[in-house]
Amino acid sequence: MFAVRKLTAAVAVALAAGGAQAQVSDGVIKIGVMSDMSSLYADIGGPGSVAAARLAVEDFGAAKKGMKVEIVSADHQNKADVGSAIARQWYDVEKVDAIFDVPNSGVALAVNQITRDKGKAFINSGAASSDLTGKACSPNTVHWTYDTWMLANGTGGAIVKTGGDSWFFLTADYAFGHALERDTAEVVKKSGGKVLGQVRHPLNTQDFSSFLLQAQGSKAKIIGLANAGGDTTNSIKQAAEFGIVKGGQSLAGLLVFLSDVHGLGLNTAQGLIFTETFYWDRNNDTRAFAKRIAAANNGKYPTMVQAGVYAGVLHYLKAIEAAKTDDGTKVVAKMKELPTDDPLFGKGRIRADGRKLHPAFLVEVKKPAESKGPYDYYKIRSEIPADQAFRPEKDGGCSLVR
Amino acid sequence: MTEIFGIPVQAFMGQLLIGLINGSFYALLSLGLAVIFGLLNIINFTHGAQYMMGAFCAYLLLNKAGLGYWPSLVIAPVVVGITGVVIERTMLKRLYNLDHLYGLLLTFGLALIIQGVFRNEYGTSGQPYAMPKELTGGHNLGFMFLPTYRAWVIVFSLFVCLATWFIIEKTKLGAYLRAATENPALVQAFGVNVPRMITLTYGFGVGLAALAGVMAGPIYQVSPQMGADLIIVVFAVVVIGGMGSIMGSIVTGFGLGIIEGLTKVFYPEASNTVIFVIMAIVLLVKPAGLFGRER
Repeated sequence: MFAVRKLTAAVAVALAAGGAQAQVSDGVIKIGVMSDMSSLYADIGGPGSVAAARLAVEDFGAAKKGMKVEIVSADHQNKADVGSAIARQWYDVEKVDAIFDVPNSGVALAVNQITRDKGKAFINSGAASSDLTGKACSPNTVHWTYDTWMLANGTGGAIVKTGGDSWFFLTADYAFGHALERDTAEVVKKSGGKVLGQVRHPLNTQDFSSFLLQAQGSKAKIIGLANAGGDTTNSIKQAAEFGIVKGGQSLAGLLVFLSDVHGLGLNTAQGLIFTETFYWDRNNDTRAFAKRIAAANNGKYPTMVQAGVYAGVLHYLKAIEAAKTDDGTKVVAKMKELPTDDPLFGKGRIRADGRKLHPAFLVEVKKPAESKGPYDYYKIRSEIPADQAFRPEKDGGCSLVR
Repeated sequence: MTEIFGIPVQAFMGQLLIGLINGSFYALLSLGLAVIFGLLNIINFTHGAQYMMGAFCAYLLLNKAGLGYWPSLVIAPVVVGITGVVIERTMLKRLYNLDHLYGLLLTFGLALIIQGVFRNEYGTSGQPYAMPKELTGGHNLGFMFLPTYRAWVIVFSLFVCLATWFIIEKTKLGAYLRAATENPALVQAFGVNVPRMITLTYGFGVGLAALAGVMAGPIYQVSPQMGADLIIVVFAVVVIGGMGSIMGSIVTGFGLGIIEGLTKVFYPEASNTVIFVIMAIVLLVKPAGLFGRER
C-alpha cells in the first residue's frame, strides 16, 4: 500500500577494504530517511531531509574511507501504522541499519519502540515530543534537533517575561500537540502566568475560525499555537483576518519553521517570536550548507530539521567508524560517548537519555523592509546556551538516567 | 447572559456564521460535482485538484502578470475550465458508456498527477495570497468580528449557487441539458449538438471549482494539497445531498458547514469526522441521499 520510494542512491560504491569494514553487517551501512514526503510537514523534513542525508554521506567521505553507505527513503503519511509497517520492513527485510528524521511525534514514538525491540538505531530530527528522551527514552534513540520542552522554555519563557501572563492554547490533537501544550503550560505557570483554557483541533485542519473565535472569547493575552506546519500557517493567517492581533491579543507560534515563514510571507509573519536551533544565515558554514541544500531541493533553504538530519548522519557515521560495527545499540552508545562536532550545530554532546545538546536561538521575524530577499527572515534576539536550552536530565523521568 | 446548550448565545451565533462561511465552499464545490455527475454521469475526483488549480492560477496571475483578485475571479475559472474541456475531449468522452468506476479511476489518477506536479514545483507549505484591499478589515457585529472578506464569500457563493440552479432548472438551455442526459439520441435528433453541450457542461463544473479556489486563496494558504484535504468532505456532502441533485448539494453544503462549525465548539476532536457520521446515517435511512431520486 505505502509507496516505499527507493531513491537508492549508492552514494559510496567503494570496495570494502579489510579492517574497519569487518563488523558492518553485509558490508553496507543502510540509512533510511522516513519523513512526511507529501503532506503538511513535507517542506519541514521531506525531500530536503533526504538531500541533507546525502550531503552528510558525501562530506563524511565514506567512499574514501572504504565504507559503503546507501540511502533509502519513504513517506509515512503522518500515520503511525504506516510508519511502523515501513520501519519493520526496513529492519527485517531490507536490512536498514538506522532510521533518520521522522517528523510527527505519533509516528516517531512508534518507530522509537520498534527500533528498540530490533536493536537498531533511530536518530530523530523532525519529531518534537520531549517524551522521546523522557518516559519513552531508549538506548537506541538519539533526539537531535529540538523538542517540546526546549520550545516551551525558549519561547514561553521569553513571552511571559514581557508581560504575556495569561494563555489560551490552540493544540494539534495528537502526541506532539499534547506534549507541546503540557510543556509550555508548565513554563507559563512556573513563571507566574496562568492558562485559561485550550481547544484541540484535528491534525491538518484548513479552517481555524471556530477555534480562533473560542480563543478570542477566552480574553487571554496570548494565544499559544501548539501545532506545526500548515496548521500553524493557517492559524496565523486567519488570526490576522479575524482581527485578533489588532484586538490586543498576541499569537505565540510555539513551533515555526523557516518554510512556514516563507509560506506566510513577511507581511503576515513579521514580529513573530519563536525558538530555533539552526538558522542558515549565521556563519559561512551554515550559508554554504544552505546553498547546497537549495541546489538539491528546488531552491528551498534548509529548515532546522533538515540541518539536524545532516548533522545526525555525520555523527552516526563517525560513531560507526570509531566503534567498528553497525550494531544499533553499540553505535548509539558510541554516539553518546564521542563529543559531537559539525559545521551546523558546532561542538556539543549527547546525554545518556539520548538528548543532543546545542544552543538554541530566540528569533524574531523581520519586517518586510528589513529583509534583503527570499529567506532573509530572522533576527536573532538571544542565544540560549546548550546547558539551559534543554530539560535537565534528571527531570525527564528517563529510566536510562541513574 | 442567555445560553444555548451551555454556551453564551453570542458565541453560538458567531459559530453559526462561521459554519455558514465554510458551508459556502462546500456548496460551491459540491455544486460543480453535482452538475457534472447529474449531466455527465462522471464522478469527478479531479475536482479538488481543479479547485487548487484555480487558486494557483490566481496566484500566478498576481505574481507573473500583476493581475489582482478581481480579474482572477473571471480569468482563473475560464483558464481552468478550458483545461477541463481538454480533459473531457481527449479522455473522459471515451468513458461515458463504461462503468462509473472507470471515470472515477481516471479522474482520481489525474488528480494525483496534477497535485504531484504542483507539489514538486511549489512544495507543500503553501504560497501567500493577499486579500484584495477593498475587502480587508471587518465589522463588529456585537456577537463576533466578521471579516469583510468572509461576508463577501457567503454572499457571492450564494449568488453563484442560485444562479446555477436557476440556469439548469428554469431556463431553456437547462432544459436541453436535462433532456440530453435523459435521452441524448432524441435531443440530438432535434438538432442540438449534444457532445458539445456535454463538453461545455464539464468545463462549467470545473470552472466552478476553480472559482471556489480563487475565493479560498486569501483565506487559506495556496498549496497543492488544499483540494485533496477538502474533496473527501465535499464528496460526503454530495452523497448526503443526493448524487446529482443541484438544490440538494447547495442546501446540504451550507447545512453541513453549520453542523461542522457547531461540532468545533461542543466536541472539537470530532470536527473532521462528524460529516462522515452523518453520511453513514443518511445512507442507512435514505440511500439516495436527502434530495436524491431513486433510479
